[in-house]
Amino acid sequence: MTSAAAPERLPGKQAPVVLSVRGVKKTIRGKPIIKGVSFDVREGEIFGFLGPNGSGKTTTIRMLVDLIRPTEGTITICGCDVQRQPDVALRYVGCIVENPELYSYLTGWENLEHFARMLPGVGQDRIREVAAIVGMDQRIHDKVRTYSLGMRQRLGIAQALLGRPKLLILDEPTNGLDPQGIKEMREFIQQLAEGGLSLFVSSHLLSEIQQMCDRVAIISHGEVIAVGDTDELVRQLGGLAVWRADPVRQAAAILRDGGIEVLDVSDAATGQADGDAHYVGSVTVRMEPQDAPELTRRLVEAGVAVYGIEMKHATLEDLFLSLTAGERIE
Amino acid sequence: MLALVQNECIKMIKKRRFHVVILILAALIPIFTYAQMRIAQNQLKQYGTTDWRADARQKVNDYTTRLNSPRMPEEAKQYLKVQTQLLQYYLDHDIDPKAPNAVTFTRDFAKNSIGLFVPLLVMVFAADIVSSEHSAGTIKLLLTRPVRRWKILMSKLIALILFVSLSVLALAAMCYAISGLVFGYGGWTLPTFVGFRTTGSTVDVSLVHAVPQWLYVWMELGLVWISGLVVAFMSLMLSVLIRSTAASMGTMLAIIIAGTILQNMVSSWESAKYLFMVNLRLTDYLDGSLPPIKGMTLGFSLAVLAVWSAAAIAVSFYHLRVKTY
Repeated sequence: MTSAAAPERLPGKQAPVVLSVRGVKKTIRGKPIIKGVSFDVREGEIFGFLGPNGSGKTTTIRMLVDLIRPTEGTITICGCDVQRQPDVALRYVGCIVENPELYSYLTGWENLEHFARMLPGVGQDRIREVAAIVGMDQRIHDKVRTYSLGMRQRLGIAQALLGRPKLLILDEPTNGLDPQGIKEMREFIQQLAEGGLSLFVSSHLLSEIQQMCDRVAIISHGEVIAVGDTDELVRQLGGLAVWRADPVRQAAAILRDGGIEVLDVSDAATGQADGDAHYVGSVTVRMEPQDAPELTRRLVEAGVAVYGIEMKHATLEDLFLSLTAGERIE
Repeated sequence: MLALVQNECIKMIKKRRFHVVILILAALIPIFTYAQMRIAQNQLKQYGTTDWRADARQKVNDYTTRLNSPRMPEEAKQYLKVQTQLLQYYLDHDIDPKAPNAVTFTRDFAKNSIGLFVPLLVMVFAADIVSSEHSAGTIKLLLTRPVRRWKILMSKLIALILFVSLSVLALAAMCYAISGLVFGYGGWTLPTFVGFRTTGSTVDVSLVHAVPQWLYVWMELGLVWISGLVVAFMSLMLSVLIRSTAASMGTMLAIIIAGTILQNMVSSWESAKYLFMVNLRLTDYLDGSLPPIKGMTLGFSLAVLAVWSAAAIAVSFYHLRVKTY
């Protein structure tokens, strides 16, 4: 499933492809970890890589930056094959894999100097520049071991930006940050994308991806199950409704008979007084609002007590649930 | 490449590994100096002070008579001739050969430190050179930079060679400087025997001659340097293979100590001479000590060490190339 199949309305639709992943598979000790991943990241877009923990996000990222070799498939960055010419392809990439690990016994500045020496044509001026971009100029000469997680994260990004990359790969960039830090990080990522940089952001948090990403690939059990424009994917899902009804199992069966797709059924909390609406079970279904009266009538006729219908907009979470048939993520 | 080596050197210094080496030397050398001083005082008490000249003259006369004797075998004559020349040198220059001085101390210290002390010093900075990048997670950053993996390892290797050289020089310089405070800074030109050849289980002394002590110390330091490098290369390999610093350090320590134990045990197990750790005491060939195993010579030991080093370096490079992170 590639992005070409989905209709797109992004300004960057015709933008050149920066990262192209084609049919990548990885088998470790006979066990398929990544079973087939394909997607493109275009210039100037924020690309979300969404999946539950253990779905193969980090393994995929490791393959993108040549830390591990794919068993099958190709990865090209700006037209360069990552496996064949890592020293050319990686020039276009800045990355943070898992945690922003830097030398704790060096200062922030010394760390940046260290990695600047590994890049052609990156001097003191550029170091000052990236330190300013991430807003670290104040404490850049302190030892990294005295930094908070948020500062390490920012220094990690500064390091990744040193070589003026075309693509920035961030693995769970908001992990462990407080709400204020998460908000700042999100704004910062959007700011970088406005400057023409492509960002590849992995996360297990749906809300985060939905808020910041132009396009998204959803991965589950080592397979990309959907790629496309974030809003488009959500819109395709259609309307959703949550029925509060008792008995909930019977309600779900009746709705299913009426040709409605049932996404989720949650039972009533046990040991609570009958008739208390807060403790009645709920059925999440995909339906349009005009079907509500007819369905209500059927439920009432069958003797099901209906306590409420709540229409809601589909989110990535619902999309994920419908794609993975109920596998839960945060 | 130069920039990468610079990176490794900065990290080594900022990690304060070289500081540790210097501190260990600064703490231990005074202790040995004091011990040496006590030994000298004891000898003085036992043999008296002034009669070393008389003793030497007596020996010269004795050797001369034996040299003139026709029953003397040729090789033994050569050895006695050298001994006589040496004693004559001491008499002519009014040098007490038993009196301690800074250069002699340095010579003895280098000889005694080659088997265990120098390897341990080298391990202080070599054992975690790759594994620390693992435990800190920084290896991922190093390997995702647009630099080939072999270059990263090569820069670490060059940095190691640099620091081994520095450590050996620091050891010599500090020995001389510290012991000189007590024994005086003389002894540069004191003649010292070289030219021992081990044939089978005996030492051939027919080619023995004397060289000035400063030259001898330099030869010794060269051998200490070689044995330090071998330990550094082995540590590098273990550091690549074993991700935990503690485990790689422990393994290397066990191997080195096993080597010193084996040297005392393996006289009958001949093939043990191909193990690198029984070949580390290169300075023994210089002063004519019998090798631990029959058939070992300086050339043989150097060859064994060279093969082990080359293998260790090859394994390190191969492993880092194919390893996944």
